[in-house]
Amino acid sequence: MPGKLKVKIVAGRHLPVMDRASDLTDAFVEVKFGNTTFKTDVYPKSLNPQWNSEWFKFEVDDEELQDEPLQITVLDHDTYSANDAIGKVYIDIDPLLYSEAATVISGWFPIYDTIHGIRGEINVVVKVDLFNDLNRFRQSSCGVKFFCTTSIPKCYRAVIIHGFVEELVVNEDPEYQWIDRIRTPRASNEARQRLISLMSGELQRKIGLKVLEMRGNAVVGYLQCFDLEGESGLVVRAIGTVCTLDKLSNTSAFLPACNSPSKEMKESPLVHPPSHGCRSTHNSPIHTATGSRLTQNFSVSVPTLIYTGMGSGSAGKEGGPFKTLLRQQTQSALEQREFPFFTLTTFPPGFLVHVGGVVSARSVKLLDRIHNPDEPETRDAWWAEIRQEIKSHAKALGCHAVVGYSESTSICEEVCILSASGTAAVLNPRFLQDGTVEGCLEQRLSWQPGFFSIGSEKGEVDFFPQSQDSSSLLGIEEASPPGCGFCHIPYDELNMPFPAHLTYCYNCRKQKVPDVLFTTIDLPVEAIVIGKGCLIQARLCRLKKKAQAEANATSISNLLPFMEYEVHTQLMNKLKLRGMNALFGLRIQITVGENMLMGLASATGVYLAALPTPGGIQIAGKTPNDGTYEQHISHMQKKINDTIAKNKELYEINPPELPEEIIGSPIPEPRQRSRLLRSQSESSDEVTELDLSHGKKDAFVLEIDDTDAMEDVHSLLTDAPPPSGFYSCNTEIMPGISNWTPEIQMFTAVRVSRLGNINLTNQTLNKNFNDLCENLLKSLYFKLRSMVPCCLCHVNFTVALPEDELVQIAVTAVAITFDKNQTLQANKAPTEKSQQRASTDNEEQLQFPLELCPDPLASQPSLPAKEVLEGATSQTGIPAAQRATSIDYSSFADRCNSWIELIKLKAQTIRRGSIKTTASLDKTSPLAEGYLRHRSVPSCTNSTVSVVKMTPLSFLPGAKITKYLGIINMFFIRETTSLREEGGVSGFLHAFIAEVFAMVRAHVAALGGNAVVSYIMKQCVFMENPNKNQAQCLINVSGDAVIFVRESELEMLPVQPSTVVSQPTSSGGDVTT
Amino acid sequence: MTSDLDIFVGNTTLIDEEVYQLWLDGYTVSEAVSRRLRGGLLERSGTSVSVLQSDTRDHFRTFQMLERLLHSPPRLCQQLLFQIPPPRQAALIQGYYAFEPALARELLGKKLSKGTKKELDEVSARTGLSLRACRRQFDNFKRVFKAVEELKGPLAELIQQHFLLPPPLARDYAAIVFFANSRFETGKRRLQFLSFGDLAACAQHMMGHWTQGAMTPEAAEPDGDVPRSFLQDLKELKVLVSDKDLLDQHKSLVCSALRGKISVYNEMETNFKVLDPCRSDHWSLGDLRLFLGSYTTAPRALGGFRHQLLWERYMAGISACLLRMYHE
Repeated sequence: MPGKLKVKIVAGRHLPVMDRASDLTDAFVEVKFGNTTFKTDVYPKSLNPQWNSEWFKFEVDDEELQDEPLQITVLDHDTYSANDAIGKVYIDIDPLLYSEAATVISGWFPIYDTIHGIRGEINVVVKVDLFNDLNRFRQSSCGVKFFCTTSIPKCYRAVIIHGFVEELVVNEDPEYQWIDRIRTPRASNEARQRLISLMSGELQRKIGLKVLEMRGNAVVGYLQCFDLEGESGLVVRAIGTVCTLDKLSNTSAFLPACNSPSKEMKESPLVHPPSHGCRSTHNSPIHTATGSRLTQNFSVSVPTLIYTGMGSGSAGKEGGPFKTLLRQQTQSALEQREFPFFTLTTFPPGFLVHVGGVVSARSVKLLDRIHNPDEPETRDAWWAEIRQEIKSHAKALGCHAVVGYSESTSICEEVCILSASGTAAVLNPRFLQDGTVEGCLEQRLSWQPGFFSIGSEKGEVDFFPQSQDSSSLLGIEEASPPGCGFCHIPYDELNMPFPAHLTYCYNCRKQKVPDVLFTTIDLPVEAIVIGKGCLIQARLCRLKKKAQAEANATSISNLLPFMEYEVHTQLMNKLKLRGMNALFGLRIQITVGENMLMGLASATGVYLAALPTPGGIQIAGKTPNDGTYEQHISHMQKKINDTIAKNKELYEINPPELPEEIIGSPIPEPRQRSRLLRSQSESSDEVTELDLSHGKKDAFVLEIDDTDAMEDVHSLLTDAPPPSGFYSCNTEIMPGISNWTPEIQMFTAVRVSRLGNINLTNQTLNKNFNDLCENLLKSLYFKLRSMVPCCLCHVNFTVALPEDELVQIAVTAVAITFDKNQTLQANKAPTEKSQQRASTDNEEQLQFPLELCPDPLASQPSLPAKEVLEGATSQTGIPAAQRATSIDYSSFADRCNSWIELIKLKAQTIRRGSIKTTASLDKTSPLAEGYLRHRSVPSCTNSTVSVVKMTPLSFLPGAKITKYLGIINMFFIRETTSLREEGGVSGFLHAFIAEVFAMVRAHVAALGGNAVVSYIMKQCVFMENPNKNQAQCLINVSGDAVIFVRESELEMLPVQPSTVVSQPTSSGGDVTT
Repeated sequence: MTSDLDIFVGNTTLIDEEVYQLWLDGYTVSEAVSRRLRGGLLERSGTSVSVLQSDTRDHFRTFQMLERLLHSPPRLCQQLLFQIPPPRQAALIQGYYAFEPALARELLGKKLSKGTKKELDEVSARTGLSLRACRRQFDNFKRVFKAVEELKGPLAELIQQHFLLPPPLARDYAAIVFFANSRFETGKRRLQFLSFGDLAACAQHMMGHWTQGAMTPEAAEPDGDVPRSFLQDLKELKVLVSDKDLLDQHKSLVCSALRGKISVYNEMETNFKVLDPCRSDHWSLGDLRLFLGSYTTAPRALGGFRHQLLWERYMAGISACLLRMYHE
């Protein structure tokens, strides 16, 4: 099914001088798509050629349209010798293939050369005519929208969230092909750039096909990665969450749309009542009644009840069996899917019923050549294995789904560590209904900071009574407490997968909560948080012997569990040191190098009101009789206590003092541990007889038994808090700060350090690594000091070990200013508001169902049970799966189990999960100022460059995203053979990253956009050879191109978003980006 | 653990004005770091020396990359590599093209050639500016000179247009170009008392009154030159001096016109050939102005003097210059 691609080459500017004699250039352009090439005329003797070409037309299949990039090459005409290439522009035309995105790509693109970098600019116009055929999306997957954003994009509503999608394609890396021996490095790198561009296109198309198969129309949380496996090839893989999205026409659609769900509920009572029941928590008899009706339909997954079914052991009196059934229902539905995973990190309030904790799996593989690129079975199988483990870990935590899911690799020579992690969760079964509940997610918009100012008062008024009606009718308020439900344990307290201290929820005092919660997702919007959050990192190095092949893989897989364990301990200690009790956005990265492994975990610590106050850290010496030692210990203890007190003040953690009797207390040692199935009534009896004597006083004991531990304690205390006026987090939004101002500064910082001396020990390595990270953070704070008060959000560290003694750290984050003066009042209002909302309209907000595979036969009752047993109960169970092609050195099943064991042995820890908070922000006064400043500029007003903002977040403070223009996914290689002349490694990489930013901005501007959201630098592979004066770097970035409108402007012209859209640059007036 | 590579790249290019000035002043990274330390930055921000070093290096690197663009300011505004808000761009340009008047004074009227550039170390020693800063400023003069050398139209406007400079700065550059073009020997000892400001003002007056641009905006010749035709014409004016008759008549006319109005009338008569004598006789500025006005208009009454327009154009320039120069 063909379409027509039309390209016009308008002009060039600032071209480099190609003819030394005349100091000019005779430039012409080649436009290539697929196998067709057009050329413009030569524009002689000019550095600013005006080609004004005709429209070059390519008639192509849409499959080709999706796969191929448009390739524009600018050349210098040479009569006597070969024409010299000046540089290239690759344009991904995918955004033109679906109607809601961009309609034309038009603008100045930097002309890029892998050796010289940006060499002038070219003005290009690109259009696509897809022939109007109703069937046109069937053969290719044109029209499927892609979003990097890991939440439902702001101007859409999710009709259905279908679930996980994955795909990978492999190819030989041109760099390692035989022909590479005879061609120039430039040709080789250009071949790589082109190939990866092509592979991304192909991958996206294939994912698109799967999306259509699942009857979705979009992929949200799309994450595409490259594995440069060297000799064995090049893998491009992607994961995402398939959704059916509906475009919200404009803000005013907000009101009517909200009413629809309730209407539909009435229309299809059979489906909905049970779902209401599921969401709320089981105290009302109504639910039991509806629940029983469901039993017949969902009996298949009974055997899996060992953990999941009993998860509500501490629930109210009659709720248990009912909940169990609903759980079954949800679960069986989800189990019919291969992987009930969601790459999203932010959900509507109430969508997450419970969060079980972080689940992760790693596996060490030996790479070998991919023989048949068309059937990349090995790589597929590897990932399938890992995902299977993740799934079973989630089950062990009593959860049927994994949210905030991501995958990554670390490759060194022929060894590859595959990692996957996510947060085990119980999702609201109501939305797992087969029948599609047309729901509205407009309220989702209110999460967008500042939406309150747009949403009319009327909207709020209209909305609340309705939801209050429905909720009181269903007894929700009573049953499902708003800001704490997700904290309640999903697993059975009597059959916990690992020991944990449980207490009654400090918020609702009805359900059990763990003492600590770890998750990979953003803080849920309805979560009640006390004080502010902060970035917490665990850093760790482990030396390993240099080894080959299998020996190497074995030693790595032996080290992994210890690293995981240590990272976990560090996180726990640092969390307690800050007086906090939960981690969000946890990301643990293990990097493999020639002679060491590095672990870096980042997360945002917060104090959840629902969880108990963390106990302190107590140091216990091993040789208690030694006097000086004792003294030393007590000195350390004092230091730690002081630090905790200081941190509590710094992060404003002042939980209300509740009298002991009111507060829940830990369950006494479970009496019936061995019992797998027990009746609900028993447990509810226990509830009333709880021993309330001890609770939150438990301290976390650190045993100092050797110098190692001493080091640990020292390192614990070396983390300096950010300077005053600064906050940092790695989540989307900093809990406790709500009044953001529109000034943002996105940045990337890279450091490479040489670990000079040869006699390295783990300790010195740890210290060096720790210093490196701390210094980097310090220098960020210093650089951004003029923005104070501000918060570094979405701080994303990546570690690489490019060579023997080199450590590379790259950080991308965004600094956002906030208004200090308004902190207090602004803080209060939205919290109240959101609480209120959460408590009442829980219901309405959530109306997007997960689509289930309707085939009941797909469920396999016996298999899941086995998995659970394997995953949770048998620590010795070694998966037999040994493949011929890849020997599985450390299938993570046993790794994880042994790790769980370790944790059991040590202390009480639970990793548990959760959601996100985005407070509202209604004023944007500094903008006007920025405008004035802009306008008053005397000399540079002729500037034609529109401002493009970039941010790793999914939103822009004080602005509303009105349109998503398509995904930006770009891959660049840059090399140099004159490293010193280009300012050394720093000069080289500085220029390259600036160029990458520039190219991203140019593409966004050409699409008509003025910002990139959810921007991420997925890869930055830097290699140098100073002796040869050479260096090379590969960078892969992605994000969503959008048009945003300032809220202040919206107020000024409340007419139609479309009018604003037509002149996106109008909002570029703001001075900072 | 030493950092080989250490960079920070913002989507909006981060510019620290203090560090920019240090860079413009020609300091090396380590000099700049110690200057910043002396400014008490460490105490204020509670950071470490290594952070300061890294930050300074980073800024210097950015400035080096920007320098290429600063050579052609319109490109700075059009380029895509660095996203810099327009007010910042303007500030960068202004900072880069700002110069030390003392240095400009030294170079005024000299040929902007390699030879002159080699003498910059002496200039540097005399002015106390670092050699690097001297070179940058010299190169700026030369670049501006080259850019407008062949162009037509009012010089200051051309410069403003090509280098996006604020009008006062553009006018100063216009003066530099004017002097470089016409090679007035401003280095003479007698003129040493004149500052750059004085001479720049003179240049503006001369350009304002004498150049083509002043007569017809679309003039054929560049503004930096005093048109040859005008210089030719000036020869005609010699009659005023060479013809004894005319000179006397002129003198008496001026004298009668000013009698009673000027406090130093007695000296005036003898000091018909300007400035130094005036000064030694302590004329007031007002007196000088009156005298020059009268001196300019007097020939109207002279019979046989046919170049009144030319004369007045000449005198307008001279008068303005003299008035400016006339100070202690």
